[in-house]
Amino acid sequence: MPAPSTMAPAIEFRELTVASPQGKRLLGPVSLAVEEGSITAILGRSGSGKTTLLRTVNRLIDPDSGVVSVRGGDVRGMDLIELRRGIGYVIQETGLFPHFTVERNVGAVLEAMSRPFAERKTRSDTLLASVGLDPALYAQRYPHQLSGGQRQRVGLARALAADPSILLMDEPFGALDPLTRTEMQEMLRDLLQRLRKTVVLVTHDLDEALYLAHRIVLLAEGRLVANLAPHEFLASNEQDVAAYLRPYRLRAAAMGRGNAHE
Amino acid sequence: MNSSFLAQYGEEIGQLTLEHLWLTGASLLFATALAIPVGIWLTRAPKWAKLLIGATNVLQTIPSLAMFGFLLPLPWLGERAARIAIVALAAYALLPILRNTYAGIRGIDPAILDVARAIGLTDRQRLIKVELPLAASFIFAGLRTATVTCIGIATIAAAVGAGGLGELIFRGVASVDNRLVLAGAIPAALLALAADAALGLLERRFRVPAA
Repeated sequence: MPAPSTMAPAIEFRELTVASPQGKRLLGPVSLAVEEGSITAILGRSGSGKTTLLRTVNRLIDPDSGVVSVRGGDVRGMDLIELRRGIGYVIQETGLFPHFTVERNVGAVLEAMSRPFAERKTRSDTLLASVGLDPALYAQRYPHQLSGGQRQRVGLARALAADPSILLMDEPFGALDPLTRTEMQEMLRDLLQRLRKTVVLVTHDLDEALYLAHRIVLLAEGRLVANLAPHEFLASNEQDVAAYLRPYRLRAAAMGRGNAHE
Repeated sequence: MNSSFLAQYGEEIGQLTLEHLWLTGASLLFATALAIPVGIWLTRAPKWAKLLIGATNVLQTIPSLAMFGFLLPLPWLGERAARIAIVALAAYALLPILRNTYAGIRGIDPAILDVARAIGLTDRQRLIKVELPLAASFIFAGLRTATVTCIGIATIAAAVGAGGLGELIFRGVASVDNRLVLAGAIPAALLALAADAALGLLERRFRVPAA
């Protein structure tokens, strides 16, 4: 999946810093440009600031200094509700509304925008089909009647409902079993190839990052320590990247030795 | 209780039951109209929650007879016994409704509220479409406690002449006539049971299974 390289950045972070209410620095300074239509995976240990960085885009967190721009405009100058409706958001816990049917969950953003019911229904049917759920079977169910993978599919469909150009995903498949996770990654990859969204994906899963992303960004203790193409990332011997990749390389080396103990 | 007793008191029992319902209903209406908005506001300003819920808790600890007594000398209130009764009963009903509204909304899974914000629901939409429906079962549970408490305490309102089923009880005690005491106590107990069952039904009806 080659990323376009000549367009203006869809998202740009400039000298961004975020501190905790107690004054401890959680993030930054981070500067990063995310190209239109590209998929960027953000890797890093727990507490490295991945989620914090993601949440500054739709202003769930406001930075202490620096600027976040979306398609050239400072997010602080935009209407907050408009900004958020234009950005899809998927999280590990799904955050599906338990008292809404699947169909109403998917149409929630459109409902918030007061779009007519018929339009919401059509859109929901289309999106459910595209995330691999038969609308005839699932539209009228409630979230508690779905499996974890199905709930995550609904969460993805909801994020796409208003056809946002940007999709923020925070550990979307982190709670799923390995097989379901792989299915979801394949479904997402197919979907994104057709839809061409700008995606920022926070993940703990190196394989997922390599499989889906055009760029891999590594955060360590709030600092951006790498911003590389997947093959460059894998080959890098830069200290922070090497530290992050160490367990993978050890395991790969062990597997490379094969069944040496036999 | 035989048929001649019912023939003699039946009409009065009916009348006093209606009075009882009116006292309780009016006080619950006031309490709900105050406690639900304040409970919602507290979820936006949680630093006040301890103070306000604590204050309504203190109200709850005032013995009911004393509460009626305190209100008696107040200017406008003291003129009509029913006003005293309604204000006092509303004061007792505040705590369960306020506490459950606050706890019901604060108890919602943070991931759900996070998404509600992130997908661009306005504050009002988040309240009406997400928070209130998800807290409804809790709020009805609070209303249920408040209602049962009020129906019980309303019998004391007869002490200040506000009427209601307590009148029969007080008269029965004064004249050492257990039939009169029961004529007040049984309908009051039945009202409480009926309200408990009806609101319990609503509470279950609005319960949302966790995803």
